[in-house]
Formats: sequence, structure tokens, C-alpha cells
Amino acid sequence: MSDSTPAPTALAPSPAAAPAVDAPVAHEQPTVFDVQGLSVHYGAFRAVRDVDLQIRRNEITAFIGPSGCGKSTVLRCFNRMNDLIEGARVEGQVRYHGVDLYDPAVQPVEVRRRIGMVFQKPNPFPKSIYDNVAYGPRITGQKGNLDEVVERSLRAAALWDEVKDRLKRSALSLSGGQQQRLCIARAIATDPEVLLMDEPCSALDPIATARIEDLMQEIKQRYTIIIVTHNMQQAARVSDRTAFFTTEVNPSSDTRTGVLVEYDLTDRVFSNPSDERTENYVTGRFG
Amino acid sequence: MALVDPPVREPLDLTRARLSTRRRLADRAATAVISLAFVVALVPLVAVVGYVVTRGSGIMSWEFLTSDIPRQYRVDGGGMYPAIVGTLLTTGLAALMAIPLGVLGAIYLNELGRQNRTARAIRFLADVMTGVPSIVMGLFVYTIWVLRFERQSAFAGALALACLMLPIVIRSTEEMLRLVPDELRQGSLALGSHRWRTITSVVLPTALSGIISGAMLAIARAAGETAPLVFTVGLVYSPSWSLSDSSTALSAQIFRNASQPFAGAQDRAFGAALTLIVLVFAFTALSRFVASRLAIKS
Repeated sequence: MSDSTPAPTALAPSPAAAPAVDAPVAHEQPTVFDVQGLSVHYGAFRAVRDVDLQIRRNEITAFIGPSGCGKSTVLRCFNRMNDLIEGARVEGQVRYHGVDLYDPAVQPVEVRRRIGMVFQKPNPFPKSIYDNVAYGPRITGQKGNLDEVVERSLRAAALWDEVKDRLKRSALSLSGGQQQRLCIARAIATDPEVLLMDEPCSALDPIATARIEDLMQEIKQRYTIIIVTHNMQQAARVSDRTAFFTTEVNPSSDTRTGVLVEYDLTDRVFSNPSDERTENYVTGRFG
Repeated sequence: MALVDPPVREPLDLTRARLSTRRRLADRAATAVISLAFVVALVPLVAVVGYVVTRGSGIMSWEFLTSDIPRQYRVDGGGMYPAIVGTLLTTGLAALMAIPLGVLGAIYLNELGRQNRTARAIRFLADVMTGVPSIVMGLFVYTIWVLRFERQSAFAGALALACLMLPIVIRSTEEMLRLVPDELRQGSLALGSHRWRTITSVVLPTALSGIISGAMLAIARAAGETAPLVFTVGLVYSPSWSLSDSSTALSAQIFRNASQPFAGAQDRAFGAALTLIVLVFAFTALSRFVASRLAIKS
């Protein structure tokens, strides 16, 4: 695999790669995403408001918080998956290496080729294991040996040894944990820079979960990972930084809007949070 | 320990005998009613097929399948070759027109239009069209095509059958596309796939066997239709492969021959009916086979 970083500025016609707004501190990794004042509405309903955060390269960032706090919604802004929901409206900026992903000139298809996603429920296509992994390289017209790409991706997803003798079998014949690793292999086959994971282990048993977590540690050398999780222990185990979201009730109506409460190094969020709401949540007094 | 031991019921009996008489009777009665309903539902099915096979097998022979239709109803023997040709030609052409158009229409409805005004209007019209009597389709094509060109033809018949098939294909395909989980579409789009690529590479292959079943249902329905053909295809006694010339069809021949008082004509009607059933059955079996071949093994 090549170790060069992908050139991200091909997304928008203006090649001006603006430097990240916050110059990173010396020991910190460079910023991949810079989110400023992000709010998402579904029709008249405001799902999440005023989120500011920076995602750093080769780190695992965890989004935690109670149900309905908007963590998945924010995650889906990073690859413009919210576009697929009718009535969804995004305000504020999501800068990816300086390029605003919501600039009208930006093609969502190009964004998604660089930013892969793994969903809550394993969603392999009803095709063979091989065709699942080869799907991304085929649609992007990737050059090179497809067999090699498939093997490399399956190895990276720690699935190769289990499926190498039955690549032509249906992906649906795999167990849930294997299917989820196949989906990870499928996502990394296109060689993205970022991997978004939306509660990837919530449908899996503890053993399959442990495998996925190990896998995340292995692949974070190459990828930037953002994971949404309901499981605080998981966030504490795997992530470098944690963002805690919660809901606040709007006084005028009976709706709830998600807000980002605290975003810091995982150790600090769990051992010495600066906000009382975070402390209540991570110590189990709420949610 | 505040808990009280549960009362011991000896001996432990988990057999049917423990159930109350009422429940046992209700169980028996329900089983009997359902079994009876199954048998009753089977009666017309078996009776129709059995009757057609017994009445039709007498005249069935290679000669019947390859000879011309006699010009006189009262003669015995003869064949149905021109009607077989006509049915294959008109139904086949109708399928070629209606299935691609119907599948594309269904893709629009389910993948692009969804619940917008245009999609809702088309869906409503397709539903109405499904309920339109087939003879109305025949009259429609008779008026706009046959009268204008002053010619009955296999093509006009195919047009009428295509009008009949189109709404069936649209609605059945749309139902199948709706069954494709949205997670698959999202998975494909999240890999940077374009919408059309997602449809052709993920959505359609996933729904394929259902789409084929729906299309076969439409073909079987069209192959058996008589009313749209009587005004539109005309009548021939020897086989014609030309689309612009008159033709005939098995269904039309069943209708014509069965309404004659002559034994020979009625035999030919049953022979044609048997041929039609076998033809539809063969096509259905073939398409099932193809669909199972296209589906990947799990």
C-alpha cells in the first residue's frame, strides 16, 4: 500500500488549500476536519446546533452521548450522507483539509470516495464476498490488480483467513461479525483517508466487538477514524479523543436539540471532565 | 428468605391432555377448517388443468402443433401452428415493449420520484390502468392504430397487449424495488457510487428475481388475453411472421373454435388451450431457472 497522503484539494474547483483555522500544537496531529458552527435541521426540527470541533489525522475520535443527541447526525455531515435525507439542511462549515464540504461546487460522490463509512447494521450487498470488496474499486475504475486489492483489504480487516477459500460465496452466508468486518474491508478497499463508523458494534457480540476494536487500533496508522458509540467503555478503550453530546429541551417547543458539551482527550473526558453534564454521563448518573 | 416455595404440582404433566377441552376442540376445529379451505381452493385449480388436459390431449400431436388452421370450422383435425406463431409474436413483442418501459418507470417511481407529485400521479394512473378491462385496451389500439392505418396487424395486437402489461410491470417492479433495504443504497452511495450506478449494480440485481416474477406474471396474463386481440390482430389460417400483417393467437382461436357447435372445432379449442397452458408453464419455469442462475448461492 502506498504511504503517501491523498491529495484532498481536488474536491473543489478552487485549489486554495486554506490552512486549518487553528494551527495545531506541535505534538498534535494535523487537522483533517475543522467544524465551525455546524447545525443540522430536519425540516423545521433542529437536530443539533453550534458544533465546533477539529478531527486530527490518525487518531480515533469517539462521539458519545444519549440517544437523540445528534452524534450520528454530525457524523453523517462528514461524508454528506445527510443529503440523502429529505428535508435535511446543514448550516455552518465542515472543512476537510480546508475545503468546505458544503460548498455548492463540491460533489458528494467525490467526498464519499475519500471518506468511507461503516454502518450500524452490517449491510453487505447480496453479492459474493469478492464482489462486495471489489465494488468500490470497480466503480472508481481503480487501476491495478483487483485480486490483490481484495486480498489486501480483507487482510486489513482481519477477515482473509476466514474467507479466502470461499470468496465466490454470498456475503450473506457470513456471521454478523464477519459481515461487519467485510463492510470495513469494503470501505477500505477504495483507500479512503477517513473512516466513519456509526455504532459499528451495536449489533455484534462481545467477541466480534473485540475483534473490530483490535482492528481499529491496527488500521489507525493509516486512517483517521471517527466512531459513534453508545458504549462508553468502548469509547474509553479505543479512542484518543472523545466528544460528548447531549440533548437540551427547547423551551418554546417540546423538541430536543443536540449540543456538543465537551471535546477533549479521552483520558481527560473520562477522568477529569470539565463539564458537570459530562461527569454525570460518564459516571452513569444520567443516560 | 421472604420468598415462598412455589406449590408443587405432582405429577408434572406437559402433554396435550392438560389443555382444557375448549382449547383442544378449538384447535381441532381450526385445523379442520384450514385443511378444508386448502382442499376447496385446490378444486378449481386441479379441475381446470385436469379438464383441459383430458379434453386437449386427444387432438394433441406433432401435426396439431405444426399444421395450418382449417378454413372451415366443421372439419376435423387441422392444427394451431399459425396461432402459436401469433401468440409468440404478439406476446413477445408486447413484452419487449412493456417490460423495459415498465421497469424504467418503476425505477423512476421508487428511486427518483418517491412521493413527489409526478410520481404520485403516475402511480395512481398505473393503478387505474391495472383495473381497466382489457377490451378497452383493444378498442383504444383499434381506434388509434388499426383505423388510422386501415390494417389489422400483429403489431397492433402487441401494442394492445403492451398497454395491458405496462401497469402490471410498473406496479410489481415498484413493489420489488421497495423491498430492497435502504441500507444497501446507502452502503453503495457511501462508497462514492453515483445514483445510477447504485441502481444498476445494487438495487436492480437485488430485486431481480422479483422483477422477473412480476414480468412473467404480466406475460402470462397477456398471452391468455383474447379481448384486446379480436379487434386488432385480424385472422389468418397459415403462419405469418410479419409484424405488419394480420395474425391470430391461441386465445383468439380458443374463443372462435369453442363457440362453434362442431366437434372438430371444439377439439381444436381444447388443443389450443392445452398448448397455451404448456407454453405459459414452460416460460415460467424457464424464467425461474434463469433467475435462480443469476442469483448467487448463499
